[in-house]
Amino acid sequence: MHHIDPNADVNIKINDIPVTVKGGTTILEAARKVGVHIPTLCHHPDLPVRATCRVCIVEVKGQKKFKTACNTIVEEGFEIHTNTKAIRETRKTILELILADHPFDCLKCARNTNCELQDLAYEYNIREVPFDSVYKTLPIEDNNPSIVRDMTKCIKCGRCVEACHFVQEVYAINTACRSHDFNITTAYNKDLSESTCTYCGQCVAVCPVGALYEKDDTPRVWAALDHPDLHVVVQTAPAIRVALGEAFGIDPGEVTTGKMVAALRRLGFNKVFDTNFTADLTIIEEGHELIHRIKTGGVLPMMTSCSPGWINFIEKFYPTLLPNVSSCKSPQQMFGALSKTFYAENSGIPAAKIFSVSIMPCTAKKYECTRPEMRSSGYQDVDVVLTTRELSRMIDEAGIDFVNLPDEEYDSPFGLSTGAAVIFGASGGVMEAALRTVYEVVTGSELKDLDFKAVRGYTDIREAELDLAGTKVRIAVTSSLKNARVLLEQIKKGESNYHFIEIMACPGGCIGGGGQPFRATAAIKANRASAVYQIDCCQEFRQSHKNPAITEIYEKFLKEPLGHKSHDLLHTHYTARKV
Amino acid sequence: MSKIKQVISINCGKIKPDSVEEYVKAGGFSALKKAFSMTPEAIISEVKEAKLLGRGGAAYPAGSKWQQLLDIPVFPKYIVCNADEGEPGTFKDKLLMEKDPLRVIEGMTIAGYVFNSHDGYIYIRGEYMDIQKIFQSAIDNAEKAGYLGENIMNSGFSYKIHIMTGAGAYVCGENSALLNSTEGKVGRPRIKPPHLAEVGLFQMPTLVNNVESYANIPTIVSVGGKEYLNYGTPDSGGTKLVCLSGHSAKRGVYEIPFGVSLRDIIFDEEIGGGIANQGKLKFFHLGGQSGPCGFPEQLDTPYCYKQFRNCGLSVGSGAVVVLDESVCIIDYLKSVAEFFIHESCGKCIPCREGNIQVHSILDRFSKGTADAKDFDLLAKTCLTMSKASFCGLGETATAALQSCLKHRKAEFEAHINKQCPAGVCFTKEEGGE
Repeated sequence: MHHIDPNADVNIKINDIPVTVKGGTTILEAARKVGVHIPTLCHHPDLPVRATCRVCIVEVKGQKKFKTACNTIVEEGFEIHTNTKAIRETRKTILELILADHPFDCLKCARNTNCELQDLAYEYNIREVPFDSVYKTLPIEDNNPSIVRDMTKCIKCGRCVEACHFVQEVYAINTACRSHDFNITTAYNKDLSESTCTYCGQCVAVCPVGALYEKDDTPRVWAALDHPDLHVVVQTAPAIRVALGEAFGIDPGEVTTGKMVAALRRLGFNKVFDTNFTADLTIIEEGHELIHRIKTGGVLPMMTSCSPGWINFIEKFYPTLLPNVSSCKSPQQMFGALSKTFYAENSGIPAAKIFSVSIMPCTAKKYECTRPEMRSSGYQDVDVVLTTRELSRMIDEAGIDFVNLPDEEYDSPFGLSTGAAVIFGASGGVMEAALRTVYEVVTGSELKDLDFKAVRGYTDIREAELDLAGTKVRIAVTSSLKNARVLLEQIKKGESNYHFIEIMACPGGCIGGGGQPFRATAAIKANRASAVYQIDCCQEFRQSHKNPAITEIYEKFLKEPLGHKSHDLLHTHYTARKV
Repeated sequence: MSKIKQVISINCGKIKPDSVEEYVKAGGFSALKKAFSMTPEAIISEVKEAKLLGRGGAAYPAGSKWQQLLDIPVFPKYIVCNADEGEPGTFKDKLLMEKDPLRVIEGMTIAGYVFNSHDGYIYIRGEYMDIQKIFQSAIDNAEKAGYLGENIMNSGFSYKIHIMTGAGAYVCGENSALLNSTEGKVGRPRIKPPHLAEVGLFQMPTLVNNVESYANIPTIVSVGGKEYLNYGTPDSGGTKLVCLSGHSAKRGVYEIPFGVSLRDIIFDEEIGGGIANQGKLKFFHLGGQSGPCGFPEQLDTPYCYKQFRNCGLSVGSGAVVVLDESVCIIDYLKSVAEFFIHESCGKCIPCREGNIQVHSILDRFSKGTADAKDFDLLAKTCLTMSKASFCGLGETATAALQSCLKHRKAEFEAHINKQCPAGVCFTKEEGGE
């Protein structure tokens, strides 16, 4: 039996290049170390290995079968060849077999020019498919506001299933049937809207082909922009500015706020606003709600409510814990309500003529804006949600040279925000922003160090304790629904001693949202997150309560946190849902 | 001299299957008693010396498998018997479970003792529902008589056997898929490594062997590995249950010592007795649907693992499907492909997509629409499936096709010219378009 020692050196050769790696390294990892490219399709660095596509096969000297590079752990003395005639031909045959079961819809596919299967067909110089075409045309499933499933294009790699099971523990989709009927579906083949799906879109984010994509709402936005009577306002979530550039070849983690604002203006939006403004507002409302709950013996721990995938999750899986969720609407929905009330009043434009668009890193936001309770202005508060990807497509379609755009500034009154707001985009950000404000509100003294680095991170569960004028406040932060479960189970068993918990549905928070540019990995998400903190660092104001525009809206309109107007416009309620 | 050697099938039909009393009278449980006086290492060394190769089809050396599991210091360990006998043309495990289940139980119990395991599971295919009842009755009776359960034969060793039932999927005969199915999961193969010896049933170290392999264990313990090896050839120890079917004159299960020729198996009066209805042998299919086909010019090959491997044949499960000249090779291979299209689990591309394409190409041959390029297409599909599939199912699904392409390419070529030597294809009904 072969025992793996992660500290031992293992000496192997890849295409005659000697390389030494640590025990437990896969052939794929070892090959990358020496610059040897091995194609992959079902493999995704953030997901458990499935080894089902077999595209990454290599030859290992002395072994009869080809070995899949993604899951084969190197052993001392391995002599690996990745580019033999047999390997090239077999990989090509595998691709031809996939293509024989795939519609040649590339030109009108959502993933045209950004498809991993297309890339491989190009790499392997495929000019014809010698096999009989055997694909079956299946109905497109889009009976929900967020996610489209076009299973005709599915190559059954199973990445989406791993995202749904391993990352999120939502189990909305699974593999079913066998052989050529093998497919990925919901329980009893029901509509996604009748499944446990939270619309988090992590399945979409990892799909290598055009089988899963966001509901395309760009036609509705174009129609609004082209409409002579509509005043179209747009808000941009904190996580867009650090990811949008990737769609135009800019390095992940580069901040493109100014270019994004300029692009939106060129698309024809009448006002370009920032969701960060209502993120600051969320902190004021949610901070006061937390203080209120602690002082009056309310339900604790209080849990954040910004992430609509997370809200769908708790409504479906842990409805008895809904009283723990903050009643604050998400920043998107606070913005929507204000855009058709406060902004309408101030600008003199009737709410009926305001069309409110939001750019979100998220597929669940598309569902959130359609919730019946999200009409506190008397209209649907947010008319359309576009994902980062949809925005990038509109920019392309409009012929805007994004990379060379000059930087422009947001419009007022919803353009001014703080560093506390922008970090909403990364897991831990809401908590950090809340602490920066709650501390000063409760203690009345100034916070010396604004950075709460203990709450920053990816999907791990972070915890911290803060002394608020003698009251020890214990907090916890995590992202991904799998880890949300851990914290919810603690509450359910009465074992949770936290006061405040931040949950984001997607790994890493909104920067890793299901609507962000494709091909993100944990490494790319880390770059996006550090960009968010980089913006925070150089903001004039880094605490929500210090935002002068926030002070102004309370003076002029809202009056006081948790007040009557806030209650009407900025807070909501939740519904237990059967699945 | 008789070509038959009854060792593990000796009780079949002679004793009441679930009767402990009759089994003991026939010498049963003496091996278990002897095993209790031996160390696990000593028992394994007998199994190694016996050169017992796994009888399910993969022919993995049982001694090595046992040694690997013994060396893993993690408990509990589980003993699993693969009784998901799903290879078409294979019905030898059925015979053992139906006619002498206590021998299988004794073998599994010795394995339990070797690994200090307290739970054995036998995964019996769903179609053998009636046999499950016989097997359960044998378990119950063995428990009552003190040969299973707490403190077996006052040895201090306790062991139970549980029956699990399959639901019809051929792929569950693959050991890791079988464990998934036993755990209540979908029966699809697991990624290996980790090997089942390390991470098996319920994530614990596990031994998985075939029914016939376990049935051999009491004999090996009783007579010793050396004597058992001598029953067969120097490389293939012991005896093998072979299943004759198809156009054989005497279809059934026969126990033969390794080394008997294929000619004897098919034609000897004591065994197959030739071709039914005075037919002429055209080819034979060995080891189940996943095995290769053999042809009359190979009849003198001795039935054993080494010689078979050298000439592209395979013992596999022990199936010998005999086909006479009324059978068209293309037509036969199409039905093999249909079987695998039905049984592929679907998770890996070479198997899911390859089987359906193989069938499609063969269909062109049978309709006279194939051309010379289809040989290349078949060759590369076979290579891709056999060398790049996830599990043994896809790896072996084209074994029959590859052997026929190698030995009977002429029959394929005839079909390109719209000639079917067996007169099966291009009949009036099909129009031979």
